Amino acid sequence: MQTEIIISGFGGQGTLYAGQLLAYAAMDEGKQVTWIPSYGPEMRGGTANCTVVISDEEIGSPTVLYPKAVLAMNLPSLDKYEPLMATGGILIVNESMVNRVPTRKDIRAIMVPANTIAQELGNERVSNMVMMGALLKALPLLPEGAIERALAAHTAERHKRLMGTNIEALKKGMAYA
Amino acid sequence: MAKELIKGNIAVAETALRVGLVSYFGYPITPQTELLEHLSARMPDLGRAFVQAESELGAINMVYGAACTGHRTMTSSSSPGISLMMEGISYISGTELPAVIVNVVRGGPGLGNIAPSQGDYNQMVHGGGHGEYHLLVLAPASVQEAVELTALAFDLAEKYRTIVAIMMDGSLGQMMEPAELPPFVPLREEVPDWAVKAIPGKPRVVLSSINIDPPAQERFNLRNELKWQKIRRDEVRFREYYLEDAEYVVVGYGTVGRIALSAVRTAREKGIKVGLLRPITLKPFPVEAVERLVPQAKAFLVTEANNGMMLDDIRGLVKGLKPVEFYGRMGGVLPYPDEILDAIEALVKGPLTLEGDPRDRWLAVLEQKIGVGV
Repeated sequence: MQTEIIISGFGGQGTLYAGQLLAYAAMDEGKQVTWIPSYGPEMRGGTANCTVVISDEEIGSPTVLYPKAVLAMNLPSLDKYEPLMATGGILIVNESMVNRVPTRKDIRAIMVPANTIAQELGNERVSNMVMMGALLKALPLLPEGAIERALAAHTAERHKRLMGTNIEALKKGMAYA
Repeated sequence: MAKELIKGNIAVAETALRVGLVSYFGYPITPQTELLEHLSARMPDLGRAFVQAESELGAINMVYGAACTGHRTMTSSSSPGISLMMEGISYISGTELPAVIVNVVRGGPGLGNIAPSQGDYNQMVHGGGHGEYHLLVLAPASVQEAVELTALAFDLAEKYRTIVAIMMDGSLGQMMEPAELPPFVPLREEVPDWAVKAIPGKPRVVLSSINIDPPAQERFNLRNELKWQKIRRDEVRFREYYLEDAEYVVVGYGTVGRIALSAVRTAREKGIKVGLLRPITLKPFPVEAVERLVPQAKAFLVTEANNGMMLDDIRGLVKGLKPVEFYGRMGGVLPYPDEILDAIEALVKGPLTLEGDPRDRWLAVLEQKIGVGV
């Protein structure tokens, strides 16, 4: 059983960090996991994305052409990855940053106003965690509580004051899936 | 020890420290820089020597000097920087000194780009510097393997008094995976007999690559070749996947090797009897592992992130007895598993041929796929 997740957005939206947190959670649950930042011409557009592969066996390719799940944090990411998604995949869209809904019918799309929710929580930077919450609810990749445990275990001391807001953001996101 | 989620570059750097790296000399270049950065942060605290040299030429010659002391030393760079080091690599080899060099290969030729590539295969495996010398070349495919091969690299370098090169690519350098790092070992106190000691009253040791007398140079080279014979016999490493009943054999190393593993698994699900040979030592090359597969194979598929460099080595070993086809991407582009799967299915579909050049058939496929802007 293998799942590939692409997390894509503008630089500064916390896409790489969200992916790392997911990878930590997977590792702590004893899964095989790879995290790889984007390498390719798409870097020129100022986008930042990463691919996380979670598996029960030795992982082959750390990148995939047709991902099973995508967190699209902005419109260029939605435009790029919607057509590439595997049939039956889960597409989480940051409704705050796009002007359209996904058109494919063979995937499950979930619209999450991640920026708005993050602002309500008092910190726009946790929009990535709102999106992550929606993903983990829609796709039971990890046991309940795994991501929260990873947050507690792998957050540097100086950042721990943000943990409460991050966990709130995860919960808000889960409510959308 | 617990596993850590760690980037390839940092895992190599930290492993080197833990197995007793005394000095490091380097110059920043993407996609290798985290390796140097990590050492710059750690080595002063440990009382060890980190030097950011003025250039890659400076760095490799500092490694040359440090290697003369018999302590563990290394440098790291990426393709253009490694090209600059070639002179020093030849001199270090000509002086028979142990050193570790990490090449986190990027897209080229020229300044190229910072994306992952295997375009330095020929430079690392078949030379690049002048004169008769051999490097041991290790090609990890995962962060854990990079850790293990870094520790091994220092042991092999000292065992054979040779340079051991670790050839990674930008994606392995940047990728994070869980890995278990080795424990810290205390620095070794004693140095080998051959090392310069600069201790008053002790016999003077002169280390040099100058051999002005050709017969003396020839004897040195012969000794090196005989040593290499032993390395070829004793130090070959590779991994095999699904090869027992394989009719089709994919050969790939490093990151492309693991990408090929995904393709092979999908092909197996489709009922295709295909397996993967993943060389871990690119030099010494797993010659016998390839030769053993020739009788059972209907065809070979070589896959690389370059224009078919290992392809020539595989063709040399298969000796025209079975078809060898090729699929590669170049210039900093990695193949996706689906592309390698297409190439496997093309083998199965046939027709297979021993005629012509597999490169011509690959170029036709690639031109169809990506076109060429004229």
